[in-house]
Amino acid sequence: MTTTAPLDKPLPLERTGLSHTTVFWLGFAVVMAVLIAAPIYLPEFWRRFLTEALIWGLLAMSSDLLIGYTGMVSFGHSAFFGLGMYGAAGALIAFKPPNLWLAIVFGLAGAAGAALFVAYFSTRLRDIYFAITTLIFSQIFYVIIFTWTSVTGGENGLIFDRPHLTIPFIYNARFTSTTLHWFVLAVVAASYLFLRRLTQSPFGMVLQSIRENEPRTRAIGYPVARYKMVAVMLSGLFAGLAGVLYAVQNEFAAPNFVFFLTSGETVIYNVMGGIGTLVGPIVGAGVFQLARELLSRLFGDQFPYLIPLGILFIAIIIFLPQGLLGFARRWLNR
Amino acid sequence: MDAVSHFFHAIPIDLIIIQTVNGIVTGMILALIASGLTLIFGIMDVVNFAHGELFMLGAYVGVVVIAATGNFWLGLVASALIVAIFGAALQIVTLRPLIGRDPLNTILATFGISLVLQNYALWQFGPVSRKIPDPMSAHFTLFYLQYPWYRIVIAGLSAAIIGGFYLFLKYSKFGIWIRATAQDRVMAQAMGIPVPLVYTGVFAIGSAMAAASGVLFAPTTGVDHSMGLDWVLKAFIVVVVGGMGNLGGSIAAAIFISLLESYAAIWLDPSQAVIVSFVVLILTLLIRPTGLFVATPK
Repeated sequence: MTTTAPLDKPLPLERTGLSHTTVFWLGFAVVMAVLIAAPIYLPEFWRRFLTEALIWGLLAMSSDLLIGYTGMVSFGHSAFFGLGMYGAAGALIAFKPPNLWLAIVFGLAGAAGAALFVAYFSTRLRDIYFAITTLIFSQIFYVIIFTWTSVTGGENGLIFDRPHLTIPFIYNARFTSTTLHWFVLAVVAASYLFLRRLTQSPFGMVLQSIRENEPRTRAIGYPVARYKMVAVMLSGLFAGLAGVLYAVQNEFAAPNFVFFLTSGETVIYNVMGGIGTLVGPIVGAGVFQLARELLSRLFGDQFPYLIPLGILFIAIIIFLPQGLLGFARRWLNR
Repeated sequence: MDAVSHFFHAIPIDLIIIQTVNGIVTGMILALIASGLTLIFGIMDVVNFAHGELFMLGAYVGVVVIAATGNFWLGLVASALIVAIFGAALQIVTLRPLIGRDPLNTILATFGISLVLQNYALWQFGPVSRKIPDPMSAHFTLFYLQYPWYRIVIAGLSAAIIGGFYLFLKYSKFGIWIRATAQDRVMAQAMGIPVPLVYTGVFAIGSAMAAASGVLFAPTTGVDHSMGLDWVLKAFIVVVVGGMGNLGGSIAAAIFISLLESYAAIWLDPSQAVIVSFVVLILTLLIRPTGLFVATPK
């Protein structure tokens, strides 16, 4: 995408004399400290809100691996998210007492299945064709989940109990909204560090070279199709993880989340926050959710919040294609 | 032998003929939507996510005009004109600044437009679906069904609009400009063709075609804010199966897919029959990713 043009201006941080690594980890520690402390001071509603924003952030970050680093815009992340959610739901309903880790395993397995299917077919295509086919694939999963009522509960979805937070032999307690927040935060932070490491690894470099020039990457001798498939699968796994977390937080799974609107909102988070930054999509998700919440508080629940947010989204594409955190893109990827 | 004859008896010939007629009627509407989509793609490199919403908006404008005047055909023409102007404005405000950028930007922008339009329709008209009365009440007997003539008229009108559009592309001055721009934008500009105007015109024409199909289709099911999405998905499938930017291929693919879905609906629930077109898409991508209805690329 043209939004990947490099930025040449140095950030003011670079004049402080501290090394990039120090500043980065200091910043990371500060943000983590704020997010760890937040649930202690926030009221219940905003605590849940923050947790949910982190979950959406994880979904958006997973799709950034494709959009920002591999140059493939996926409009089908709702499928991975939804399969993760329904996989977790299946495990939580089938096993008594419900087990958190089994839910994660089943959710990831579900998302991996969907991702394998989508990756196999859609990575043959590029650019807009990829976007359209991922969209259509996610609708296949939506139709299946929506009409297979005996297993998925159809339109009503599934309701289940939240598992305990267990660490085998060491810890076993009910989730409170605070421990749930910490758990989600731990998963999101670990995912961020993993994805950051991944994008800086030789594998990530190949992905970025596919983004910059796919024919040339192929000419150098990299098996581009295989790299793309692995990228889609990894991205799908993290999206599935977000689905599992959402299921655990809200104790239900509904077909609405598999609908393509979820994928579309994921793309919006990415573009708002700044693609190719990993943190940007999390910020984008937070800003979007916050704007939605504030709009519905100001104008009432029936207010069509997607009208102003959609217009804002179009304006960002036209006037600020790098997104909110685009200015820090190079620095964050160093 | 007995088993074979039993098998043939089990095929409901009457149902198949009825579904063939149904399939051709929806296929013609789909072809009208998809040809606008493929036109916009072929010439502007814009994947118009908002095409379904233009279809939906056209249907709503039709509802309003028909309610005010009581004349269906006036509603059809007014809706096509109003949505064409609206589409031109939309193109100037949101897509013109994106010319020259990666086509993915235009997907995102038109996706934003579709969200805004859909939510606007929901907000303005509410979630309850609106009805347009059938403009003609004549029926003919098709086996045990009283089949409305109107559906046959829809198919004929869609074909007429597509045919008229083809002639327009082939013989009118603006049509020649459009084809020249599609072939080589830079050269067309060098020859003095006002390319930005062509882009706006093409978007307006595509919008008008979507709006017309919206009004034509509205009497058969009703109008609601989410009607666009089903159609735009189908139109995307049609455009990929028919070969991106290929008008003839889109029309063939539209009828092919609608027929398949109609036949599938004999045995499946209609909401599951959609999967048939998904399967066609997957097979197309596997066997011929450039599209089923185009000549093999050299």
